[in-house]
Amino acid sequence: MTATVEKPALRHRLAERGIDRVLLLLLPGVVFAVALFLYPFLYGLQLSFAPKSGGVFSNYSRFFSDPYLRNTIWTTLGIALPATFVNVLASIPIAYVMRGKMRGKRLMTTILVVPITLGTVLTAQGLIMYTGQLGWLNKVLMSTGLIDAPLTLIHNYAGVLLSLIITGFPFSFLLTLSYLSGIDPTLERAAATLGANWGQRFRRITLPLLAPGLAITFCLSFVMAFSVFPSAQLVGDPAGATRVISIAAYHAAFEEYDYSMGSAVAMIMAVLMLLIIGLVMTWRATLYRGATGGKG
Amino acid sequence: MFTELRLDGVSRSFGSADALKDLRLAIKGQEFVALLGPSGCGKSTALNCLAGLLPLSGGSIWIDDKRIDGLAPEERGFGMVFQNYALFPHLSVRANIAFGLKMRKVAKAEVTRRVDEALRLVQLTEHASKFPAQLSGGQQQRVAIARAVVLEPPVVLMDEPLSNLDAKLRIEMRMEIRRLHQTLGLTTVYVTHDQEEALSLADRLVVLRDGTVQQIGTPEEVYAQPANGYVASFMGYRNMLTLDIASVNGSGLVVQGKGIRLSGTNRDGLTAGQAVAAVRPEDFVVGDSAGNSIEVTVEIVEYHGRELSVSARLPNGDPVFFRTDKRLAPGDIAGISVPAERVLVFAP
Repeated sequence: MTATVEKPALRHRLAERGIDRVLLLLLPGVVFAVALFLYPFLYGLQLSFAPKSGGVFSNYSRFFSDPYLRNTIWTTLGIALPATFVNVLASIPIAYVMRGKMRGKRLMTTILVVPITLGTVLTAQGLIMYTGQLGWLNKVLMSTGLIDAPLTLIHNYAGVLLSLIITGFPFSFLLTLSYLSGIDPTLERAAATLGANWGQRFRRITLPLLAPGLAITFCLSFVMAFSVFPSAQLVGDPAGATRVISIAAYHAAFEEYDYSMGSAVAMIMAVLMLLIIGLVMTWRATLYRGATGGKG
Repeated sequence: MFTELRLDGVSRSFGSADALKDLRLAIKGQEFVALLGPSGCGKSTALNCLAGLLPLSGGSIWIDDKRIDGLAPEERGFGMVFQNYALFPHLSVRANIAFGLKMRKVAKAEVTRRVDEALRLVQLTEHASKFPAQLSGGQQQRVAIARAVVLEPPVVLMDEPLSNLDAKLRIEMRMEIRRLHQTLGLTTVYVTHDQEEALSLADRLVVLRDGTVQQIGTPEEVYAQPANGYVASFMGYRNMLTLDIASVNGSGLVVQGKGIRLSGTNRDGLTAGQAVAAVRPEDFVVGDSAGNSIEVTVEIVEYHGRELSVSARLPNGDPVFFRTDKRLAPGDIAGISVPAERVLVFAP
């Protein structure tokens, strides 16, 4: 008798390759990604190479040859990078204190996170009311005699920076807090019994384990800050000191009605963001990224 | 080296709950002391207080005549081995072990020499450049031990270091720890809930319950002469029979109830009323009916190689446990006896 080895059922062979009905759960996500991201992106990309006049690359060459357009890159980076650094660096000590059990933790977290829920417009409104020429801050400072003339904190660089910090900080704080909570607190206790003081424990144990998380936090915070548009318009100086790249794109598309140029600026924006993220992630790849012993 | 590490009324409470009450203990230099008790008995609290990781609510800690409970953990210089090992995941085995030496600013050549020696001691020389995640549980634990002892600390604190290992590895590591203690002679405070581990490792045992010391003594003392019913039940006196006192005769007494009658040793100066008779399963002898014997019905028989572990019923239906090399089967009626000095009678 010859034994014939039967082939396993089709369903089993597919399951072996990870194909089963659970994959259908991905469908809505894929549809959304294609319809709302991939298609518009590719459409914009081809549009940017179809300028109103000139060759295929004329939009791009116009952007880089016109200082009024080109300099928006530096303006944007000049706002987005400091805001991101402040947000990430300020979130470390606060998250460090708040990672364990502590009294009033929930209240504190709520207070720190509320600005996310307000949105840029309400924050801008609040900034104008509070820090404007006739706002409370200037009134208080003037009446106490600390300053003679009101400080100009809005409709300039400072206003946009403040707005980005107020709206961006809660986000980077929450991320940093979750990364820090994932680091086993016993590690620091072990370092203490080995003779490391507070500073050494932070620098040699906590920081190296936190750094990959900080890189991610930095990237996400940076992306949010880089696409700054409402606050640059509302509390900034959109024609001068805070003429950021997104304003240039808006200007091209909706004031000059040159969608092709607008798309080109948007593409340049995307490349810039990817460039910065690429740099940060390359640095991250050199770090230890394994388990941090925590509860996750 | 010091002559005495003294805990003087050390207490620690969390909110209104006392985790540790008035712990008084003098540990001699080079001694191996085990703190033993179930979870929540305060043994880990005591260890963390010693390490300086938990502030005291009361009492003081002394090394000879130097008070140390005000010092931060990094100033005490005690080595500590944690239950979850707490190895630094981003550092190699070598760097983990060298960490404490670097913090103490030991010269580079000296660091290399001492780390090499520690690696040899725990037999991990060929794994020196690996990272903790690449090691097995037993190897990780050895790194943790090497990291603590490489500093030659005056005191090594071990917090249930073997509880995450499997049974075979646990026994191997137990011997390893004993060997290290014999080689290095470091004063060790060892926390465990495993009585076998404590008995086999320690020079002296401290049995804790609800933050209070129940008994301090050598393994022999605690094993053979438990101070009270609680310690007895924890030290393997599995039969804790609540009976009535029939008669008292000096240090001996007779207890009865549940359809049995036993002579025993009066451990708590009892005179009348109820009492708990504690008997180890291995102290019962099957078939020897010469006095102090009871008749039981075999219910469950577990095969343990050389002997059987038997669960049987007293005449009133209560369970009784014993060990024997006789072949018994469920349903058998057996007469088991125990010497009166191995029946310890405590207050209920």
